[in-house]
Amino acid sequence: MVETKVARSKWRAGLGVVVAALLATVFSLLLSERPARAADQPGAECLACHGDKTMTTTRAGKTVSLFVDGKKFAASIHGSLGCTGCHADLEGKDFPHEKPAPVQCGTCHTTEQEQHARSLHGKAIARGDPLAPHCVTCHGNHEIYPVKDPRSAVLPLKVPFVCGQCHREGTTVSRNRPIPQDNILENYSESIHGEALLKKGLSVAPNCATCHTPHLILPHTDPASSINRKNIAATCTKCHSQIEVVHRKTIRGELWEKQANVLPACPDCHQPHKIRNVFYEQGMANADCMRCHANEKLRRVRDGKSMYVNLGEVNHSRHSQETGRLRAVACSQCHSEVNASRVRSCETITHEVDCTACHDEIGKLYTVSIHGQLAGKNNPNAPTCKECHGTHGILGKQDPQSSTFAVNVPGLCARCHREGQKAAVRYTGLQHEIIANYTESIHGTLLKNGLTVTATCTSCHTAHHILPRTDPASSVNANNVPNTCGQCHHGIEEQFENSIHAKRVSGYSKPLPVCNDCHTAHAIHRTDENSFRLNVMSTCGRCHERIAETYFDTYHGKVSKLGYTKAAKCYDCHGAHDVRAVTDPRSHLSRANVAATCGKCHAGATRRFAGYLTHATHHDPRKYPFLFYTFWGMTALLLVTFVVGGMHTLLWLPRAVQMRRELRAAEAEFAASLANPPSKEGPDA
Amino acid sequence: MPNGGVQKRQFIRFSRLQRILHICMIVSFMSLALTGLTLKFSYTKWAVVLSHLLGGFENAGYIHRSAAVVMFGVFITHLVDLYKLKKREHGTWRALLLGPGSMNMNRRDLAEFVGTLKWFVGLGERPAYGRWTYWEKFDYFAVFWGIAVIGSTGLTLWFPVFFTRFIPGSFLNVATIIHSDEALLATGFIFTVHFFNTHLRPEKFPMDITVFTGRMPLEELERDKPREYEELVATGKLEEKMEEAYQPIVIQTIRAFAWAALTVGFFIVLWIIYAMLFAYR
Repeated sequence: MVETKVARSKWRAGLGVVVAALLATVFSLLLSERPARAADQPGAECLACHGDKTMTTTRAGKTVSLFVDGKKFAASIHGSLGCTGCHADLEGKDFPHEKPAPVQCGTCHTTEQEQHARSLHGKAIARGDPLAPHCVTCHGNHEIYPVKDPRSAVLPLKVPFVCGQCHREGTTVSRNRPIPQDNILENYSESIHGEALLKKGLSVAPNCATCHTPHLILPHTDPASSINRKNIAATCTKCHSQIEVVHRKTIRGELWEKQANVLPACPDCHQPHKIRNVFYEQGMANADCMRCHANEKLRRVRDGKSMYVNLGEVNHSRHSQETGRLRAVACSQCHSEVNASRVRSCETITHEVDCTACHDEIGKLYTVSIHGQLAGKNNPNAPTCKECHGTHGILGKQDPQSSTFAVNVPGLCARCHREGQKAAVRYTGLQHEIIANYTESIHGTLLKNGLTVTATCTSCHTAHHILPRTDPASSVNANNVPNTCGQCHHGIEEQFENSIHAKRVSGYSKPLPVCNDCHTAHAIHRTDENSFRLNVMSTCGRCHERIAETYFDTYHGKVSKLGYTKAAKCYDCHGAHDVRAVTDPRSHLSRANVAATCGKCHAGATRRFAGYLTHATHHDPRKYPFLFYTFWGMTALLLVTFVVGGMHTLLWLPRAVQMRRELRAAEAEFAASLANPPSKEGPDA
Repeated sequence: MPNGGVQKRQFIRFSRLQRILHICMIVSFMSLALTGLTLKFSYTKWAVVLSHLLGGFENAGYIHRSAAVVMFGVFITHLVDLYKLKKREHGTWRALLLGPGSMNMNRRDLAEFVGTLKWFVGLGERPAYGRWTYWEKFDYFAVFWGIAVIGSTGLTLWFPVFFTRFIPGSFLNVATIIHSDEALLATGFIFTVHFFNTHLRPEKFPMDITVFTGRMPLEELERDKPREYEELVATGKLEEKMEEAYQPIVIQTIRAFAWAALTVGFFIVLWIIYAMLFAYR
C-alpha cells in the first residue's frame, strides 16, 4: 500500500525511496502496535478487519465502505459498549461474518424509538418509504456524541442543517413528499430564531427539534403534534414562558391553552419559520385604547388637543369594514408604535401614523409628488394623508360622504388651492382662480349636476402623484396631457395623435399645442359656446400669428371680430382635433375635400368657390399681387378724389365766408329799412 | 332770409319724386354706410359696439342688404324718371344728354370750373352759374359711378356661390376690396365735400333744405344760379315755376331730419378718420 503510494508520487525516485522506507517503518510500527492496544478495548477484534480503510463490500451494486474509525468510535458515547453492544447478532460469529441485522437503537433508547415509530418519519419507514430517515440518518452510526458535544451531528447549531438535508428546496424529499411549508430552511435562517442560532451562535435559540420535537415529529393536523393548534402555545411557552403578559391585551393568557380553537394561536400572527422580530399590532384590542380615548374630555397634555376618539365614526370607516381578504383594521395597526406590554401602551408612540405600512404603492407615489416633496421638507402647509382622507372616520372614495368622493374633490382641493389660500399663495404659475374657473367649466358644471364620472381635480392631476406641469413625470406635463385627457376623451385623443399637432406626425421640435393650450386647463367650456368660438381665433393665433392676422382681414375674420359666431372659425375649416396639413389628402381642406368643407355653410359651394382666399391680405404684393394692386389702385383713386375735393373746398372757404358776410350785411340793411323809414315795400308785404 | 312769417312764393327746383328719391337715398346710404363700415373697421372697439347696437352682426347684415335693395330701387326709379323726363322736356336722348339743362359735363362747365378757381384766388368775378353747377354734376355722377361699382361688387358678395360659377373664387377677395374702398370713397366724399358744398359752406350754414322742400327763395336763385334766373326771366317761364312755400311746421320737420342725417354723417366721418389714422391695420 505504502509503496504504491510512493510509486504514485511525483517525488524524484531516489529521495522517494528513502522517505518511503522511513514512513513504511513508522507505519509498520504503529500498525503492529495497534492490535495490541485494541485488544484491551471492546471491538478490537472487529477492527482487525474494519480498521482497514480499504475494506469495502458491494450492496445493491454499490460499493460501500466497511471502515470503522476505531479511535473515533472509542471516543463516542457508545465507545464503551464495543461493537457487539449494538451489533448483538454478531456476537461469536465466525469471520467473515454475514451482513449484520439493522441495529436496534430502541433496545436502549426505548422512548426515542417508540416516539420515532409514532412520528411521521417512523410511519414512513413502516410504509417502506426509502426516503424515510432512520436513527443513523440524523445521528450517524459509530461516531455518536452527546448532543452538546461539539462533535455531535445533532448539536443544536447543526440541527437546521441536519433537517435541511431533506427539508430544503430542491431535495428529493421536498420535491416528492407533501410538505406544506416552503423554503423552510431559508425562512428559518432569516427568522429571529434562525438568526440567533446561526448567525449569533446562541445555542439556546430554538432549532427545528425545539418545536417539532427531536423524535415525535408529527404533522400539525395531528392532535398529538407539538405544533398542533392545541399544543403550539405550550410549545412556544417552553421558551416564551411569560408571553401571556406581553399578549395580555389580546387574550387572557389562560384562555390560550383552554380555548385554542377560539383564540388565535401563535402561528396565526407569527408565521411558522418566518418569525420576525416585529410586533404584530393586530394583537392589540381596540377596547384597550378606548378605555381612555372614549372620554370626550381627554386632552393631550402637550397642546390641549382633544384625544377623544369617536368609536362610532371609526366603526363606520372604511378601515372597519372587512372587504374581501382584508380584515378590519385595529387601532394599533395604524398607531403602530404602541407597546402592548405597557399599561399605557400608547406612551411609546413618537411618530405620526404612517399609512404606507399598508398603502405602500400609494405612499411611494405620494413621496415623489409635490405634496410629498413639501412634506419631506417639513413644510407645515404640505398635505399629508389625513388632510385629504381624514383620520378615524376615513371613507372610501365611492362613499358619497367621503371627502374624496368625486363630487367633493374640488371642494377638498379648494381648501388650499382657492385664491388666497395657502397653496394658491405660494403658487407662482399662470393658473389663477383655479377653483372658480373649474366650477364654471363644463367639468365643474357636470359635477355639480351630479355626474360623478366627469373630471375632477384628481382625474387630471392624479390623486397621489401630483406634480407640477414642468415635471416630465407629471400627468399634466405637456407631453402627457393628451394621454391624461384621453383617459376619458379617448376618441379625441386618437384623432389628435394623428393630427399635425402630434409630435409623432409633424416631427416638429418646438412645443406643439396640447389639449389645454386651446381648451385652457381649468376654465374648459363647451366648444359650441360663443365664448369659445370667438376666442379660438386668437388661441390659434398665438402660434399661427400671421395666418390669424390675415384671417381677420377677410370676411370670416371680420364678422367674427364683431361677435358673429356662425362665421367659419379656424377649426370649422381645418378641423379641430384632426387638423392636418392642407397638403395631406385627409385634410378637410385638401383638393378633394375643400368644396364639401365650404359646403357645410355655403350650400352648393364648388371647387371654384373654394378659391376664395380666406387668409388673404392686400399688403403682400408677392403672394397676392392682384389684391395688392387693386387695393393701391383704389387707394390712389380715393386720395386723388379727396385731395381735389378737399383743395376745392378749402379754396372756396374764404370766398364763402366773404359771401356770408355780405349776405348778412344786406339782410341787416334790409331789416333796418323795414324797421325805420317805412318804404314802399312795407305796405305791400 | 327774412323770418317775418311772410309766405313768399318760391322757385321750384326739384320735383316731388326727386325729393322722395333723395330722402330714400339718404336713409339707404346712411344705413349702408353704418352697417358696412362696422365690417370694414371691425377691428375697432367702435365697430363692435355699433354692431351690437344695430342688433348684432347678423342683423346689421339684413339692414345692409335691405338698404341695398332700397338703393337699387332709387336707382331704377331714377332711370325710369329720366326716361319720362326725356319724353316730357327734351324729346330726344341727345337733347337730354347734351342739351343745356343736361347733367352731363360740357365745355361751359370747364370754363366755370376755371372761372371758379380764379374767383377763389381773387383773379376774377364769381361765374354766373346755371341750373347745375359743375360740382353738382360731379356729385350726381359720383353717385351713378358709386352705385354701379359698389352695387355690382355688392351683389357678387351677396351671392358668392352663384357668381363663382362664372368667376374665380379669389375675385371675391378683389370684389371685397373694391366694394369696401369705393364705399369709403363714397361716404368720405358725401360726408365732407358734398356736405360742405351744399350745406356747411358759410353762406348756407348750417344747411340747405332745397332738396327736401324742392323750392328755393327767388333771391337765392338769383344769387346762386344767376344764368338760370336770367334765362327764366328772359323766356318768361319763371312764373310757372313758382309755388307757395311750405308751412313752418313742415320746414321744422325737414330740418330735424336733415340735422339727423348731417349728424350721423358727421360722426361717421369722425369714426373713419379715427379708424384710418389711429387704428388702421
